[in-house]
Amino acid sequence: MDIFFQQVVSGLATGGIYGSVALALVMIYQATDVVNYAQGEMAMFSTYLAWTLMNAGVPYWGAFFGTLVISFVGGVLLERVVIRPVESKPILTIVIVCIGLLVILNSVAGWIYSYIQKPFPSPFPPRPIVLGTVVFGAHDLGAIGVTLVVLAFLYVFFRFTTLGLAMRAAAQNPASSRLCGIRVGWMLAIGWGLAAMVGAVAGMMVAPVVFLDPNMMAGILIYAFASATLGGFTSPGGAVLGGLIVGVIENLVGTYVRFIGTELKLTVALAVILIVLVLKPSGLFGRAAVHRV
Amino acid sequence: MAALLEARGLQAQYGWTKVLHGIDFTVEEGGITTILGANGAGKTTTLRAVCGMVRTAGEIRFAGQRIIGRATEDLVRLGIGHAPEGRGTFVNLTVEENLRLGAYARGRGGSVADDLERVYGYFPVLAQRKKQVGGTLSGGEQQMLAVGRALMLRPRLLLLDEPSLGLAPLVVREIFRIVRAINREERVSVLLVEQNAAVALGLADHAYLMETGRVVMSGPAAELRQNDAIRRAYLGY
Amino acid sequence: MTARAPVIVVAVALAAALALPLFVSNFRLFQFTQVAVYAIALLGLNILTGYNGQISLGHGAFYALGAYTTAIMIDQWSVPYPLTIVTAGILCLVVGFLFGIPALRLEGLYLALATFALALAIPQILKYFEHWTGGSQGIVLSKPNPPWGITLSPDQWLYYFTLAILVALFVLARNLLAGRTGRAIVAIRDNPIAAQAMGVNTALYKSLTFGVSAGYTGVAGALSAIVIAFVAPDAFNVFLSITFVTGIVIGGLASISGAIFGALFIQFVPNWAQDISKAAPWAIYGIFLIGFMYVMPFGIAGAIRRLAARAAHRGTAARA
Repeated sequence: MDIFFQQVVSGLATGGIYGSVALALVMIYQATDVVNYAQGEMAMFSTYLAWTLMNAGVPYWGAFFGTLVISFVGGVLLERVVIRPVESKPILTIVIVCIGLLVILNSVAGWIYSYIQKPFPSPFPPRPIVLGTVVFGAHDLGAIGVTLVVLAFLYVFFRFTTLGLAMRAAAQNPASSRLCGIRVGWMLAIGWGLAAMVGAVAGMMVAPVVFLDPNMMAGILIYAFASATLGGFTSPGGAVLGGLIVGVIENLVGTYVRFIGTELKLTVALAVILIVLVLKPSGLFGRAAVHRV
Repeated sequence: MAALLEARGLQAQYGWTKVLHGIDFTVEEGGITTILGANGAGKTTTLRAVCGMVRTAGEIRFAGQRIIGRATEDLVRLGIGHAPEGRGTFVNLTVEENLRLGAYARGRGGSVADDLERVYGYFPVLAQRKKQVGGTLSGGEQQMLAVGRALMLRPRLLLLDEPSLGLAPLVVREIFRIVRAINREERVSVLLVEQNAAVALGLADHAYLMETGRVVMSGPAAELRQNDAIRRAYLGY
Repeated sequence: MTARAPVIVVAVALAAALALPLFVSNFRLFQFTQVAVYAIALLGLNILTGYNGQISLGHGAFYALGAYTTAIMIDQWSVPYPLTIVTAGILCLVVGFLFGIPALRLEGLYLALATFALALAIPQILKYFEHWTGGSQGIVLSKPNPPWGITLSPDQWLYYFTLAILVALFVLARNLLAGRTGRAIVAIRDNPIAAQAMGVNTALYKSLTFGVSAGYTGVAGALSAIVIAFVAPDAFNVFLSITFVTGIVIGGLASISGAIFGALFIQFVPNWAQDISKAAPWAIYGIFLIGFMYVMPFGIAGAIRRLAARAAHRGTAARA
């Protein structure tokens, strides 16, 4: 039973990371109908930036928040400079641009930082936390906490601020938003900035566990897809919840089902995707797309 | 009275297709002007041209300033409110959120709450439904929401695109009564585009008649109402 | 003039293609054969995604199925290779059609996700059925010799063989897409409900299109196994599927000639990128991708179409 709780908590921790990346994917998807395939690489690159700051002597939390700011600006710039020229073009055109971005970020990271894995510090103490007979890693609990803080911030931002409202409007109905004086292009850019920030947090939370290397986020991106599919691509909250569920399932299946080794763990994510798509494509919380005839 | 909005030789096109072939019209400060015409005459395109939503050529002046070629978001900030074709409701946001967005361009006016009260005063049914999601409102209510949202801007000029479309006559009469009140009390000039000539001529001071992208007749609304040709073609008797 | 232009272009291109082996080395010829193979695969995908609007991020799976069908038939049962190609094509057509049935329920993004998941799973599935597929080691084949004592090198023979199949399949596609079937397929892409209201059996057409698309890609896979004389699971990973999508977007959606342009791009541009920068070749490739999309957002074929339309419009405008 102890193992069960441990695996669940551990699963929630990784699930929070999947959910964060999934959230970033859903945020951009809701605004643009495009899945940003470069989301994982952006998060990876942000994490490398954090590493660079720390290596230069900046203390952890300074580097953490500094990276958030840089990532936000980076995301805004990426949207304004790289995505804007193809904003109104067919979806597949934008997808190819995202793939191009993915490939560039991955390659440049490998070129600057090499493909050798690097250790990445965690802000949480390495000693475990004992509750009764169950042992939890402090990092796991801390990661869950950080994820929740980020989510709370985003929720408050979108629900209760004017800018958040304007962003939601721009994502749902760009034409009407322009008639309200909303600069839709900049709303998209801020959306990318926020998504980049969320990705950066995810990257910095996962790097201590899997070690920092340019291909670190590839597997996580796939789990993020599974999470967003499960929760629903039209529901930010669903994406996060989906992430938590996928994280827990991954851990429990890995622990209790014998023949699923590390190789086939990815299959769990794929199975989730396929099962959800067969049973309910719009996910647990997603709204089925209503098409105007 | 000075002209608030003046168009000279206004042309507009979608892609390669030219829809407006050089039209002239004026909206007097404080007045209500209507543009009539059948489907495909180019009425909606005219409003879109004023708002910078289509490719244009020619000249448009708003309060003396040249506004042709400027972005929609900037024109809104000059005080042009537009209740578009199809209402343009934010269907997944609440009524109150829809209205608040109308005030977005005014920046930190601070008096958004006051403006909300004013709009609710004109459209009490919106006050009843303020927490309801926009998409669940009826056609008439969504039209009121569209006008209300444009009002939140405190516009100098209100563009109304076929407000009567798809609405029951009683509802149409109510909306037009409110538009007249807004014009009188708030000194908001109105440019109204309509297929329903009878109601439009009842409201407007001045009228233009459009056919396939050209203005074919213009004059005081009272005169056009008497005009035989118009009566037969557009009012049906 | 304008009506005759495409025919002249095609004739010139065909002549150039036929004359190619006289001018290039064996290795280059091998690369161009690969281009022809990719072109068939891309045409298959384009029929599904460009003309019918169903996005597939998993066509590498059909490519793999075709390739392994051929490889297993030759390796285990010594079946003559032309027969394996036909078998691969038919098998993939059937599998594609069957896959198209559940795919009917999935729209845009969700179909893309499902096919993406499928593409990810392929290498693992191939390694799992070791007994048939030879596992991670793959299957080695030998390059066939020209039949009937024709005096060509094996590379040259394979080139002409592939070219002949390409021309046949392209003509077939053109006839399919130019007629009522083509219009129905495109109508489904543009407005499925209207199409249905006009009596088009959307479900049947969508599944059939999936089948035909898979069949084309399967034939391409079969050819690739013969030309490369080797199949291994890791060659059929998700990047292959993504490369195919890249190919049709760069080449031009809903375009038959686009398949050729796309194939040339995906075959040669990665090599150029490597020539430009040993350290970060993929970064250069990514820059190429993004640059292409800026300049030609509708693909190469799309850009050509637009130029032609603009020239035609100027012509009519001048006369008006």
